[in-house]
Amino acid sequence: MNFSPTRLRALLRKEFIQMRRDRLTFAMMLGVPIMQLLLFGYAINSDPRDMPAALVAPAQDRFGRSFAAALENSGYYRITHPAVSAEEAEWLITRGKVSFVVTLPADFGRRMERGDRPQILVEADGSDPSATSGAIAALPRLADSAFRRDRPAGPAQGAPEIVVHRRYNPEGVTQYNIVPGLLGVILQMTMVMMTAMALTREIERGTMENLLAMPATPAEIMLGKITPFLAVGAVQVLVILGAAWAVFDVPFVGSLGLLLAGVMVFVLALVLLGYLISTAARTQMQAMQIAIFVFLPSILLSGFMFPFRGMPGWAQALGEVLPVTHLLRLVRGIMLKGAGPADVAPQFAALSIMVAVLGALALLRFHRTLD
Amino acid sequence: MTAATAIDVTGLTKSFGGRRVVDDVALQVAEGEIAGFLGPNGSGKTTCIRMICGLLTPDAGSGTVLGLDLRRQQRAIRRQVGYMTQKFSFYEDLSIEENLAFVAGLYRLPRQAVRDTLEDLGLTSRRTQLAGSLSGGWKQRLALAACIMHQPRLLLLDEPTAGVDPKARRQFWDEIHARALGGMTVLVSTHYMDEAERCHRINYIAYGRLVVSGTVAEVIAGARLVTLTVQSARPGALAERLRKAPGVGQVEPFGTALHVTGTDRKQLEAALAAEGVTGQPAETSLEDVFIRLMELSEDNMR
Repeated sequence: MNFSPTRLRALLRKEFIQMRRDRLTFAMMLGVPIMQLLLFGYAINSDPRDMPAALVAPAQDRFGRSFAAALENSGYYRITHPAVSAEEAEWLITRGKVSFVVTLPADFGRRMERGDRPQILVEADGSDPSATSGAIAALPRLADSAFRRDRPAGPAQGAPEIVVHRRYNPEGVTQYNIVPGLLGVILQMTMVMMTAMALTREIERGTMENLLAMPATPAEIMLGKITPFLAVGAVQVLVILGAAWAVFDVPFVGSLGLLLAGVMVFVLALVLLGYLISTAARTQMQAMQIAIFVFLPSILLSGFMFPFRGMPGWAQALGEVLPVTHLLRLVRGIMLKGAGPADVAPQFAALSIMVAVLGALALLRFHRTLD
Repeated sequence: MTAATAIDVTGLTKSFGGRRVVDDVALQVAEGEIAGFLGPNGSGKTTCIRMICGLLTPDAGSGTVLGLDLRRQQRAIRRQVGYMTQKFSFYEDLSIEENLAFVAGLYRLPRQAVRDTLEDLGLTSRRTQLAGSLSGGWKQRLALAACIMHQPRLLLLDEPTAGVDPKARRQFWDEIHARALGGMTVLVSTHYMDEAERCHRINYIAYGRLVVSGTVAEVIAGARLVTLTVQSARPGALAERLRKAPGVGQVEPFGTALHVTGTDRKQLEAALAAEGVTGQPAETSLEDVFIRLMELSEDNMR
């Protein structure tokens, strides 16, 4: 029994009709990505502003006041504790009451007037590295402008030297991570879950027995099941990319065609993963649980939530077998760095291997009988 | 290939979780025959049917279905067999026509086949109705339509008339007989005695073993049962006493009459005489035979 386009067409037509009749699922497939994107896109902000800061300035002179004003004007800092001792500041940052402690030495004013380059110590709470990186990046510029008026006339001796001390986690993190990352995570969530239920739904409704009794090959059934979801995935990709561009102003420097090609290989890997789950699960509930079980590492170990290189070796190895990991690299590479085909070839290769392996496993696992 | 027998299998055996559900079943069904498949719940009827149509792989046993090897030519068998599952197993979120179009596509039939089948089974007026909103009778008709659309040579029906009203049942059987006349072989499992009597031959299976097969008359005669009817004003009390009497197998009330069945006429008559009543000879029903067979199998199992 060879592959038959007629049979595939029949399977496809049936799947599309069922998808259309299942209004709730259909609404979820289109509504969920938009909702999640807006929710996470705004909720997860890798460049937060108005972060609480404490100022330790024993001298209480005009230099301290100018620097505090400059910090606040930058938009990143809000001086919630303007005059505290070093001990109080330590307590505040340990408890997480402030994200920054800015310390001006007691002789700061005197040395500024002398034309020295006194040091300013900025301690940042690095436990959430992405949160503070923007504020830290803004420091040199704002220090420069803050004391321009206060410096003695004559040959400028330069601004005070700013020493940044990242507490708890010295690693910084890239910007504009979240929205491209969400593309992968949202697709993972919807695609895998929907396809994971593809076969279990047939089993639970008792229609599997009939489907098996008729002459459809496993490959035809698989293609019939996953193709509609590929189409849904393509729509989701366009929605998310459109929103990333229109709502979140994510810079886009690379090739759109290359990006879409990469994302579609990823979507194919996802629907095959979902289908594979579907061949293993006995009920839709089980399928959901397995999908979630796969979903969590995809968020935590893929580099979406935490820097990939910050993870131990075993976790990185685990991350490497997740499709999302490769998609994140691909998307960030193309969207943010303008990577070309040669640059993202390894990601394409990894995703293609996953497609082949998942597809083969799914076909092997598919039982033609009810045994 | 000219197979006089549509189904010819021997030694069919299947276990689930260490429990032998079908045990060494041999079954022969001639072409064009309507074969009844009877037996109590859980006796292995569905498992047998699934093995015949290739949905289950037998642990042991061999044979041919439509002249094709049961073990090696499952795919070819599937294309020529129509299987109607016990539970409605078409898509409830698809209309009648969409369901049929789906099946037609899988068998690579032209669109015309769907229209013809709709017409044939009187489904045309309801063709846009969703299958989920159909009553039991219409669902059954849709399922039958779907499994005979590709003109299978063998039709396997697993309790097709459960939950269907008498009129729809009669129409269904008329349809089956019409198909058999056209050369289609039918194996149908059922619990209804009147349906068993509509079959050319019946096969009785209990606890996974084939107990008896033959025509209805053969099966009844083979059981060698004697049945007498007794008229009584208070059949309930009489039945209670008779059931305890030696030589009395079954006592079944039918209105004001009792059907008393046993294996030995003398003992039976003696039991009735002891109660001061006389019985009139009556025909043993298929039901009496099956209940007797079921009891015998139970004894064998112990």
